[in-house]
Amino acid sequence: MNQDKREIVIPSQFLGEIKNKKAGKGTFVENGKIYAEILGVLSNNPDYINVISLKGRYDPTEKDFVIGIVIEAMQSSWLVDINAAYPALLHVNEVPWDVEFGETEKYLNKGDSIMAKVLQVDQEKKLQITLKDYNLYKIKGGFISYVEPSKVPRIIGKKGSMISLLKKYTKCRIFVGQNGRIWIDGDEDGIKKVIETIVMIEDESLSYGLTNKIEELLKKDTKDVH
Amino acid sequence: MKSEIKLFENGKRLDGRMPDELRNIKIKAGVLHRAEGSCYLEWGGNKVMVAVYGPREAIPRHTQNPLRAIVTARYNMAAFSVEDRKRPGPDRRSREISKVISEALESVILVEKFPRATIDVNIEVLDAEAGTRCAGLTAAAVALVDAGIPMKDIPVACAAGKINDQIVLDLGKDEDNYGSADLPIAISPRTGEILLLQMDGHLTQEEFDKAFDFALKGCHIISDLQKKAILEKYQSEAGGI
Amino acid sequence: MTIVPSIKRDYLAKLAKNGKREDGRAFDEFRNIEIETGVVSKAEGSARVKIGNTQVLTGIKMGIGEPYPDTPETGVMTTAAELIPLASPDFEAGPPRENAIELARVVDRGIRESQLIEVEKLCIEPEEKVWLVFIDIHILDYDGNLFDAASLASLAALMTTKVPAKRFELGEDYPLPIKEPPISCTSVKFNDVVVMDPSLDEEEIAEVRLTVATDKNEDIRAMQKGLNGSFTRDEIKKVIKASIDNGKKIREQLYKSTGK
Repeated sequence: MNQDKREIVIPSQFLGEIKNKKAGKGTFVENGKIYAEILGVLSNNPDYINVISLKGRYDPTEKDFVIGIVIEAMQSSWLVDINAAYPALLHVNEVPWDVEFGETEKYLNKGDSIMAKVLQVDQEKKLQITLKDYNLYKIKGGFISYVEPSKVPRIIGKKGSMISLLKKYTKCRIFVGQNGRIWIDGDEDGIKKVIETIVMIEDESLSYGLTNKIEELLKKDTKDVH
Repeated sequence: MKSEIKLFENGKRLDGRMPDELRNIKIKAGVLHRAEGSCYLEWGGNKVMVAVYGPREAIPRHTQNPLRAIVTARYNMAAFSVEDRKRPGPDRRSREISKVISEALESVILVEKFPRATIDVNIEVLDAEAGTRCAGLTAAAVALVDAGIPMKDIPVACAAGKINDQIVLDLGKDEDNYGSADLPIAISPRTGEILLLQMDGHLTQEEFDKAFDFALKGCHIISDLQKKAILEKYQSEAGGI
Repeated sequence: MTIVPSIKRDYLAKLAKNGKREDGRAFDEFRNIEIETGVVSKAEGSARVKIGNTQVLTGIKMGIGEPYPDTPETGVMTTAAELIPLASPDFEAGPPRENAIELARVVDRGIRESQLIEVEKLCIEPEEKVWLVFIDIHILDYDGNLFDAASLASLAALMTTKVPAKRFELGEDYPLPIKEPPISCTSVKFNDVVVMDPSLDEEEIAEVRLTVATDKNEDIRAMQKGLNGSFTRDEIKKVIKASIDNGKKIREQLYKSTGK
């Protein structure tokens, strides 16, 4: 990974010529020129240019794992907030229970949290999610923290290194949704430490050696406690 | 009446500015906790706060456009922002300004990415002293960037006008009240496209050209301030992702 | 509308049972308060108050008008609050609804009934002309406890208001005649615990709310109970005590930042 500070770009910023590189995520092309379309971090790859968004809502992608909060139980489906621009629909056919028509409230209610998978995103951006997959269920207990969706990869770390660290030193169960919601369950102090560490990971300006730095901190904290 | 007041003397304006000089402008991005994007802007005696919410599903449903997002700017003046207290709530003036600002912003936002959605831009004028629509639009553009809204450009607005037969940039309070023309414009600084244009008063074609050049020059100076404000807020986060 | 996840409710309740709050405060502790006055040049007085992330701006405008027939020699004050959509994704544009009206009335009562403004000194010509005082409360950022932020911003604005006599050709401007300010402190109850200065999360799960305004002499000057839950008499006594204690500290800060 690059040790240099990464460059922040803003909408309308010129990034390169289309004849040299492909225009990737977060960019648009006009008259053969590539421009940034969002506030983000420039990711200049050998053959394409991406802008990784710094702010904004979750942009749903099929097969993503997300944490949702039920907004409303309807006759044969639920409306679920997944931190996208639109609420997602969870149909009774997409849950692991046999739900009779009109009895959705027996299973999931307004305010309930679920781990779900994005099933479909159509052209009108109508969203559907499912609970029919391994390890998807209604969440009970614990706490839900939140980071900008663009920071999710940083929370997870390279090959899950960051999240493994957090689990190891806090003994918490942690599930990071691609939509920026993070479910944490464990004892009170563990949850608190995870929340604090997440804030630190989010704020830390240099990525290089972040995992090591966080490990040092977690180690130190653990010593302080004992 | 209008010509009796000396607004321009010895090459300078009442507040000491040169004809092509802007008032002081300060811009801060990301100042509110709840809003998804926000901006606070001071421009001369104007103080403006903007909060952006969305994109979110437009409600009620009949307001939705199945192909793209609608942009709803809401320009509002605080009751205490003017000399004589203004009755709270929208009036004809604020509705018109909201409409032209919405349209100007909509033309640079990539609205087709968010069918059926609304992007709400709340512009609150807290202290008013001539040129609030330009201040509001300029701050709104920064708040939209801060909210992570995809845009083809960061629009910017500025006015020029005429006082005592002299073309000047960025009318101040007395110049606005007693001047003989006001020409607020908003542009897309990358392409030079004109997104908002209003004029009242009286200008010859030559005067219009000069005023327009002044306003354009102002827009480009302010555009740099907008960009600086955003980078200031986010430069520290320039770490890896 | 923002939905509070039920596990957040459970988490806050669990913390509360162990004597803790989400942000680490004690039950009777306020968040950090910032008071800034003279922020709007067009207003006769103004103040921006932050309590944690909650931010409220109050502006005072004055004008001249007729007194009410039953009080021909006293000035007139009105208080208005707008929950503008700037401040929260859940606030909607349009005329003030009952929450905004309740907020304005509670602040109004705290000022009016404590006779903070010496309205009898605001008469220009009996039965004809008196000073009008408009208190306009603008919510900029809503993160819980609007009552105290709105009330404190209004006090700070009034305490730094100049009567614009010059503009109306009535001599020199002079400070608005003001007496001792009552300080408003709000508590909420959930899962059998009572906490002072509720955060947005705490407010969203609150069963009942109580605002108590107290003065320098530790007397009670205004109260308002809200929401459909209930307090015991004992809890109310404790809330009053905590309001007096916090009120003292806030009053000191208010004096300092208004130069009194």
